[in-house]
Amino acid sequence: MSGLTAERAIPDRPGRAENYLTAETGLASWLLTTDHKRIGLLYMAAITVFFFLGGAAAFLLRLELFTPEGDLLSADSYNRAFTFHGVVMVWFFLIPSIPNILGNFMLPLMIGAKDLAFPRLNLISWYIFVAAGLIAVYTLVSGGVDTGWTFYTPLTTAFSNGNVLAAAAAVFVAGFSTIATAVNFIATVHLLRAPGLTWFRLPLFVWAIYATSIVMVLATPVLAMVLLLISAERAFGIPIFDPLRGGDPILFQHLFWFYSHPAVYIMILPSFGVISEVVTCYARRRVFGYSFMVYALLWIALVGFLVWGHHMFVSGQSLFANLVFSFLSFVVAVPSAIKVFNWTATLYRGQIVFDAPMIYALGFIGLFTIGGLTGLFLASVPVDIHVTDTYFVVAHFHYIMVGGAVSALYGGLSYWWPKITGRMYPEAWARFAAVMMFFGFGFTFFPMFIMGFLGMPRRYHVYPQEFQVWHVLASGGALILAVAYLLPMGYLAWSLIWGRRAIANPWGATGLEWQTSSPPPTENFDTPPVVVQGPYNYHPEHEGPPAMDREPHSPQGGQPV
Amino acid sequence: MSEAALHKPWRSLRRQREAAEFGLWVFLASEVMFFACALTGYAVNRVLWPEAFAAAARETNVLYGTINTGILLTSSLTMAVAAESARAGLRRLTLVCLGVTIAFGLAFLMVKGLEYAEDIEKHLVPGPGFRLDQPAAQIFFAFYWLLTAVHALHMTIGLCLVGTLLAQAWRGSRPLSSPAFEAAGLYWHFVDLVWIFLYPLLYLAGRS
Amino acid sequence: MNGFSLWPPTASEQAARIDSLFIGLLVVAGAILLLVAMLLLVFSIRYRRGSSARRGELPEFLRRDVELGWTAATLFLAIFLFWWAGATQLRASDAPPNALEVHVVAKQWMWKARHPNGAREINALHVPRGEAVRLVMTSQDVIHSFFVPAFRVKQDVVPGRFTHMWFRATKPGTYHLFCAEFCGTEHATMGGTVTVMEPEDYARWATAQPQEQDLPGEGAALFVSLGCSGCHAPSAAVHAPSLQGIYGRMVNLADGRTVRADAAYLRDSILLPKRDLVAGYEPIMPSFEGLVDEGDLQSLLAYLESLRGEISR
Repeated sequence: MSGLTAERAIPDRPGRAENYLTAETGLASWLLTTDHKRIGLLYMAAITVFFFLGGAAAFLLRLELFTPEGDLLSADSYNRAFTFHGVVMVWFFLIPSIPNILGNFMLPLMIGAKDLAFPRLNLISWYIFVAAGLIAVYTLVSGGVDTGWTFYTPLTTAFSNGNVLAAAAAVFVAGFSTIATAVNFIATVHLLRAPGLTWFRLPLFVWAIYATSIVMVLATPVLAMVLLLISAERAFGIPIFDPLRGGDPILFQHLFWFYSHPAVYIMILPSFGVISEVVTCYARRRVFGYSFMVYALLWIALVGFLVWGHHMFVSGQSLFANLVFSFLSFVVAVPSAIKVFNWTATLYRGQIVFDAPMIYALGFIGLFTIGGLTGLFLASVPVDIHVTDTYFVVAHFHYIMVGGAVSALYGGLSYWWPKITGRMYPEAWARFAAVMMFFGFGFTFFPMFIMGFLGMPRRYHVYPQEFQVWHVLASGGALILAVAYLLPMGYLAWSLIWGRRAIANPWGATGLEWQTSSPPPTENFDTPPVVVQGPYNYHPEHEGPPAMDREPHSPQGGQPV
Repeated sequence: MSEAALHKPWRSLRRQREAAEFGLWVFLASEVMFFACALTGYAVNRVLWPEAFAAAARETNVLYGTINTGILLTSSLTMAVAAESARAGLRRLTLVCLGVTIAFGLAFLMVKGLEYAEDIEKHLVPGPGFRLDQPAAQIFFAFYWLLTAVHALHMTIGLCLVGTLLAQAWRGSRPLSSPAFEAAGLYWHFVDLVWIFLYPLLYLAGRS
Repeated sequence: MNGFSLWPPTASEQAARIDSLFIGLLVVAGAILLLVAMLLLVFSIRYRRGSSARRGELPEFLRRDVELGWTAATLFLAIFLFWWAGATQLRASDAPPNALEVHVVAKQWMWKARHPNGAREINALHVPRGEAVRLVMTSQDVIHSFFVPAFRVKQDVVPGRFTHMWFRATKPGTYHLFCAEFCGTEHATMGGTVTVMEPEDYARWATAQPQEQDLPGEGAALFVSLGCSGCHAPSAAVHAPSLQGIYGRMVNLADGRTVRADAAYLRDSILLPKRDLVAGYEPIMPSFEGLVDEGDLQSLLAYLESLRGEISR
């Protein structure tokens, strides 16, 4: 299909002499760059490393769980492995992945800006991120931590024999990077939109990144303070959460989840943006209910702050509090459902093309729907009491974060790959990988719902015989999933050298980012674009065409004449 | 004023100036949540242990606390004058006010240091040998040390910022029209405002 | 306990109720999933590029009505599910007053249970079928969680406070007991079995256990050996409140508040006697923090509770 659109798309001069990749050369030109595009690539490199580290830990876990006995890892090393997996995947992969790779690269392009509002801050935040990552790696090298990524006290403060302070420092420092990036994004969206690009003409990806940034700015500092409190308690023995001296360990959970529930939305909201871009482009259809999509994003970002107590239904929290949090958790399900319905309705009367990004997007909708629906089980207090802290919860959040966010990351990366690198990836391989990822994911995580409901608790290094069949299924699926994650890395790297050169707009998409060359010049646009209409105007005419040769789209804006 | 460099993504100086301030406001929202978290912890424990908190709060040195409140409020005034005079292009006034602000800031940290020394002498550090026998009094002092230390750290960062601006303005390497003066002022006022919350919670509680 | 199955054993009253809610949710979730999957499939086939299906803009009012329609429908469904789940929870929240009370102390990495007649168990719990059993639990170190999948119950066990849960077993058998909250190195092995017995078997089992003093009896011994009786006995010369019938009564505090002397209050009074002083007494009682462990505290509280019984009788 790509060949087809390529012929019809606006002709361009592939491989123009000057772009952001070739403008300067040398290592220093990368490490000292303030160009948001290059920083996006720096993030991509760093985050890929962490994805490998966290993935390796996950692989060890799945390997160990193949048999009910603890034959590969000792109890302590298993506990350290899942803690490392959680810490790295949450703070060094999921939270930064889409915002810092795709957001950093695409946000200014999509709003017609030359760069982010504070280019130097952007570079600094990358260095802070890398420093935090090095501390995280140091934590592992110096013996690891065995507290779980949730750092529950008093285990963390008084009983753990791992290097808790280093782990807390790593997460604390990463928080600065997150906040700096979020401030940058918010200021950029507020102040650097192209002429004519009003708020309700913003592409949904920009809205998603904007909503995510707000959550980041308001939630991350709470985590920072909580980590400071437990570090102070552990390092200096001052009592804050210590029950022996009147402190309240449940208070820690409240403060921690006040951050960590919104953090779930930090991980998933950007994916909503990616999926909206991809679905509209490959269905060649205006998004269904644009304003509802925007309000749903903002509603999730807001109400996401009010549902943290649903992680604590069995903590001894009062029945009244349980019911209030249960109610709010059901309410926050509504905007997510609206988004799923709207993506589906966007397909209606479209001209659907099943390119790799679209397959990722369809897979995302399916997996996210399952993840979201199982959220209803967890919002119901009595059912949650049974399945919380079991593999049911593990399956649920992996469906959202891995089935959801990681599929969206791969989909978005494929979709924007020609823009980022100026090269086309091999389409057949990409489709194969997308399908494989969907099924590999299903094999890995669906059995976890069943064994969780059967009562298999999470964070168990050995387990009763009867759960083995499900663990074997999951471990087998993990192998497929691992291949499906590695495959795109292979063919994307391949495309850098042997891939066909991409034209400016290979998919015939409407966004501003496609109105400049691929890869874009350092200044993004030769002249600042002017926006004349809302996003996703894929079918400007009211007549339905079977006509394949009709001008497929009308760009959102362009160079002023 | 025109020598102020227009940096890359911006098309106009006015917009660029607006951005610095806007970005700082967003960052301050983050800071508010940072302190709010610790203050929530303080509030919860104070509700759980009202007497112990009152008894513990009576041990803090209200004289030092009050002097520091006065110092900080005055420094905010000089900082505000500095930011306004920078905007108006009055170089001498800006330099003087920045200098006075730094002096006040250092005075605050000095008084704080004296107070810390006294607290240590009075065995007000949580742990073995703590002066009061209610266990929850230690929780009060846990928050006391943590909050004042984090606040002092913010003061130090503020002093570094203002010091850098003073040096740059002195050498002339930063034009007075730079938005940095306004932004540093905002930050300084925020740190001041945090103290306005800490002062009654840590010094006045239990003294009514 | 072994063998392949898709459904965990259902062995308590709550389990049956929670299962019907679970099935209801499965049906709702399945229907929505099926709807979304069918729509995706049908649209994907019908509106694939180049198909001859009719296209064109949708009228604006239709877009809006559909949007409002499914927003309202989802919201209504969410509220309905909340009502259902909330009602199920409310019905099961409080243990019946005559429930058999078993005290559980968790520590890294074992469960210790004390039956009302003094029988002790480690990593096991025997309960009679058909009788309500209420667990009063606390932890000596970190947070643990008492989880019996067959009963569909789980409750975190928190140091420094008591948490409760209750169940009424319906089917004799042996079921898994797990620790569900990560508690350190041997978390995965901190478990055991819950055995449901016919009431007469349970009675036989309980009497066959090594006879130790029952919980209140042990508390009474501690009351003397720790020196509590030196001040709190009615004959004591020291001006200290008598503890006869104190359990569950309202007491006036020195600062004018009135609180109920429940387990939590009495526990604090033993560990932190100066915190909530009773009106009319001097703060002379020393703290017993470090001198008594959680098991001792449970015995002492059981003893104080038994004193209430003597008064009312």
